[in-house]
Amino acid sequence: MTNENTALNTKINSGRLNSHEDLNALRQQIIDKHDPTKLEVLVCHGTGCIANGSMEVSETFKKICETSGIDVKIKPNIKTTGCQGFCSRGPLVLINPQGIFYQRVKPKDVEEIIQKTIINNEPVERLLYKDPKTGEPIKTENEIPFYNLQERIVLHNIGKIDPTDINDKIAAGGYQALAKALTTMTPKDVVTEITKSGLRGRGGAGFPTGRKWQGALKAVDKKGGPVYVVVNGDEGDPGAFMDCAIMEGDPHAVLEGLILGAYALGSNNGYLYIRAEYPLAVKHLEMAMAQARELGLLGENILNSGFSFDARINRGAGAFVCGESTALFTSIEGKAGTPRPKYVRSVEEGLWGRPTVLNNVETWANVPLIIDKGADWYSKLGVLNNTGTKVFCLVGKVNNVGLVEVPMGTPLSKIVEDIGGGVPNGKPFKAVQTGGPSGGCIPYKLKDLAVDFDSLTKAGAMMGSGAMIVMDDRDCVVDVALYFLRFLEEESCGKCIPCRLGLSRMKEILDTFSHGKGSEKDIDDLISLAKAIQDGALCALGTSAPNPCLTTIKFFKEEYLAHINEQRCPAGVCKDLITYSIDPDACTGCGSCARHCPQNCISGEKKKVHVIDTQNCIRCGICMDTCKFDAVQVN
Amino acid sequence: MIKFNINDIEVEVEPGCTVLEAARQYGIEIPTLCYHEAVAPSGACRLCMVELKDGDWSKLVASCIYPAAEGINVYTETERVQNVRNWIFQMLLAQCPASVEIKTLAKKYGVTSSRFSIENPDEECMVCGLCTRACEEIVGLSAISMVDRGVYKKVGAPFMQPTDVCVACGCCVTICPTGAMRSYIDSVRSVRSVTLTPLAL
Amino acid sequence: MNSQVEVIDEILECYPEKPEYLIFLLQDIQSAYGYISPESMQAVSDYAGVPITQVYSVATFYQSFRLEPKGEHELRVCLGTACYLKGGQRIVEELERKLNIKAGETTEDMIYTLDTVNCVGACALSPVMMVDDKYETNLTAGKVNKILKNIETE
Ligand SMILES: Cc1cc2nc3c(=O)[nH]c(=O)nc-3n(C[C@H](O)[C@H](O)[C@H](O)COP(=O)(O)O)c2cc1C
Ligand code: SF4
Ligand code: SF4
Ligand code: SF4
Ligand code: FES
Ligand code: FES
Ligand code: FES
Repeated sequence: MTNENTALNTKINSGRLNSHEDLNALRQQIIDKHDPTKLEVLVCHGTGCIANGSMEVSETFKKICETSGIDVKIKPNIKTTGCQGFCSRGPLVLINPQGIFYQRVKPKDVEEIIQKTIINNEPVERLLYKDPKTGEPIKTENEIPFYNLQERIVLHNIGKIDPTDINDKIAAGGYQALAKALTTMTPKDVVTEITKSGLRGRGGAGFPTGRKWQGALKAVDKKGGPVYVVVNGDEGDPGAFMDCAIMEGDPHAVLEGLILGAYALGSNNGYLYIRAEYPLAVKHLEMAMAQARELGLLGENILNSGFSFDARINRGAGAFVCGESTALFTSIEGKAGTPRPKYVRSVEEGLWGRPTVLNNVETWANVPLIIDKGADWYSKLGVLNNTGTKVFCLVGKVNNVGLVEVPMGTPLSKIVEDIGGGVPNGKPFKAVQTGGPSGGCIPYKLKDLAVDFDSLTKAGAMMGSGAMIVMDDRDCVVDVALYFLRFLEEESCGKCIPCRLGLSRMKEILDTFSHGKGSEKDIDDLISLAKAIQDGALCALGTSAPNPCLTTIKFFKEEYLAHINEQRCPAGVCKDLITYSIDPDACTGCGSCARHCPQNCISGEKKKVHVIDTQNCIRCGICMDTCKFDAVQVN
Repeated sequence: MIKFNINDIEVEVEPGCTVLEAARQYGIEIPTLCYHEAVAPSGACRLCMVELKDGDWSKLVASCIYPAAEGINVYTETERVQNVRNWIFQMLLAQCPASVEIKTLAKKYGVTSSRFSIENPDEECMVCGLCTRACEEIVGLSAISMVDRGVYKKVGAPFMQPTDVCVACGCCVTICPTGAMRSYIDSVRSVRSVTLTPLAL
Repeated sequence: MNSQVEVIDEILECYPEKPEYLIFLLQDIQSAYGYISPESMQAVSDYAGVPITQVYSVATFYQSFRLEPKGEHELRVCLGTACYLKGGQRIVEELERKLNIKAGETTEDMIYTLDTVNCVGACALSPVMMVDDKYETNLTAGKVNKILKNIETE
């Protein structure tokens, strides 16, 4: 990623910063250089928008601005940013300072945006977001419910700054918290502030961060140094990308948090463990670290304070279990990531047997906010014992797919219905899966549940790292439970028997249900086996693996019984229990289904109603996918 | 010395002792498979689970690793412990049906049949990894290791080919709790004839 | 072209001779060759000072390591939760039928390798597949056929 700003700003760079004043002076210099009347075009380069072609959009902006000879005065700055949040509307383009929000922008729209908005200051109406209820176009980001119902503090800069340019971050207040801590706070003050804020780990379990840090300090007192700080960026939860978005979109936030943690704990070495599938996050963090080193914000004698700290990136190699703390340490040590029994806490015996503090990406990104604005400010967000905000990745059968940040304790319905815009078919959602493979399914009847660590755990689900998967009446809970078990069976490290053999056996029993076989006794066996795994497995991958299955049995027992007793899959998913047929009233005889059917079992003359030969049908569902008239039905 | 309770009986052991070692000193039986005095415990088979209780609070831990601590209350035969054990035995009976050792131990704890289907009637190995740990820690060679992961996990020499790193000392055969290594060793070593070295303990 | 040995030496020299760099080394070798051969595992074992058993154990443990050469094009279908719920499995099955291989395998002519992944971060556009480094989004069986045809006519 490059942008116009970088070229400008390289002239600013002052070399090493030696004090808080130096940092402030640099910040002022960057701000002064910035012409407030100049328009800024922010093109989203988050993974979702890139997949949707946003690279071509930003290229086109640059090309036209270079070649069309627009007046230098109005020539905009073109910036590329991390995920702006509203991924299902991508590619997104934001025009500042007005905050005009354009959605689904294609390269061919760029010319018009430049002509109308940049040159003549009027909006391109057809690219604006339309209120789904009234159909009225909405001009700015702040007026869109998806955004204005959120409380974006961790995400504040993401989508606004260029993540590859440290100057952009410094102008936005980056490294102020670090400078403040280094010049006005002792390491102990930092720990106290974090403890007072009530921050709890965002990686899933919600362990109080301050307490973890204190534990590590005690261990250091006992054993002496060194102590390590580690970022958990493994984000293995399938269907979640908030940590990815933070690392890609605001890498300095994570880095600044890590340096602050290192200062608080007296650590000189840190590690960032990043998931294999996130090459862009790795790249942005590498750039961030290099730029921070150059300015003296990372490395020897940071801001001339006498404190030195550096960090290195470890790329994951594809193993979900490596998100687990002891497996992650084993992996950093260069071995197969198998968890170790954890009767001694990792704050005492972590990486290389040394005291180690491991925190999640989002946890680290909260640290500078707390140090900058104070624990009192932070603890006012959210609810008692669950302070601050949480970033969720809202996906599945929901209209507004994307990144959502809300205060802890926000009701589920507000997230799914008000911010998420509800389910596409307009019906109420059936369930929401939180916490991914370790979490649980929350049914619609608990829609007013406060989303925080404690309430979710009480409901049998789990916060997890923040995936929120919305399901509608076409999703089968038996199938979903099977999906997660299949995933975990693949990802089990295989060390302990309850997990390695137990998950396959749970899957085996569930599989009989999806074929319409089995008995109610099998459900009891399944629950009993699940309890044995929860009690017996070595690490939290195993002990939490039965959660999706157990919560779906708890809340959707009747759906399990329909499979077993009536050989019926109410959602129309389980292949053995369904048949496809064609609705003669809706079929136009276009023949698309017949052309795509791999079994050649659909017949019918052109423009006449088609028929499926259910004997030969393998229920692949392709006909249903390809029919443009919704004529294929499941029974 | 550390004092604590197992099944409401007071026991007293040296610091650094595990709950399992303490129980054995006092003749309290806890079933184990992947544990052997000669190598560091790894907590893989989970047969040795016991329940810790403190008022309403309770938790299951692997006794072969859990360090004895002052005043804890350990129970070896609670319903939760038995549930874990029962399922582990059922799964092992289906997974390594050819192992006489496992059948015998399971029978001792009252498990003689399994609700699960058998995939390979000749299988003996339970993939506990004791052999690989012995080869690494006792023999110091690491001729074999765990290969792959999850349900595919197995014991093997590099590239699943016979290796001349193996000196056919037979340590792994002696330590294997299921008897699987007796025949498997032939696919590991490229040297002939195993001399069974008894473990000096 | 440099011989494989020379390139491996170049990769090795980028890192200190320590066991903790084992995974880095395997990753770099894989990106250079697309897979990790027994010879390169031996070279890494010698360089990093870890037993070959550990190298093999690590190489087989992590999903991203490939021990056999892969096809010219890699199709990676996302089966993360969002994609699964929107029919990702159907896409895998369709490709398995069309290419006559199972997920994880390579076609005999070494043109396609079919793999599944868990979430590539583009959940808003599910179901998603990656064809080499390019995202293909909102997939349907029909779209898959078009994509294959496009690759063939390239
Ligand atoms: C199987 C498994 C996978 C995990 N994956 C992640 C992950 O991807 N990211 C993460 O931050 N924590 C993950 N965790 C939780 C970590 O073990 C650890 O609790 C967390 O990183 C601590 O950071 P926190 O206190 O800031 O949440 C996982 C745990 C388990 C058991
Ligand atoms: S619970 Fe599963 S992942 Fe964890 S140690 Fe046991 S086998 Fe490995
Ligand atoms: S061969 Fe024996 S010791 Fe080795 S893993 Fe199998 S059962 Fe355990
Ligand atoms: S016989 Fe071979 S594999 Fe077994 S312990 Fe001895 S050297 Fe290791
Ligand atoms: S990737 Fe562009 S909005 Fe999320
Ligand atoms: S004997 Fe303790 S886990 Fe196997
Ligand atoms: S689940 Fe497929 S991209 Fe996220």
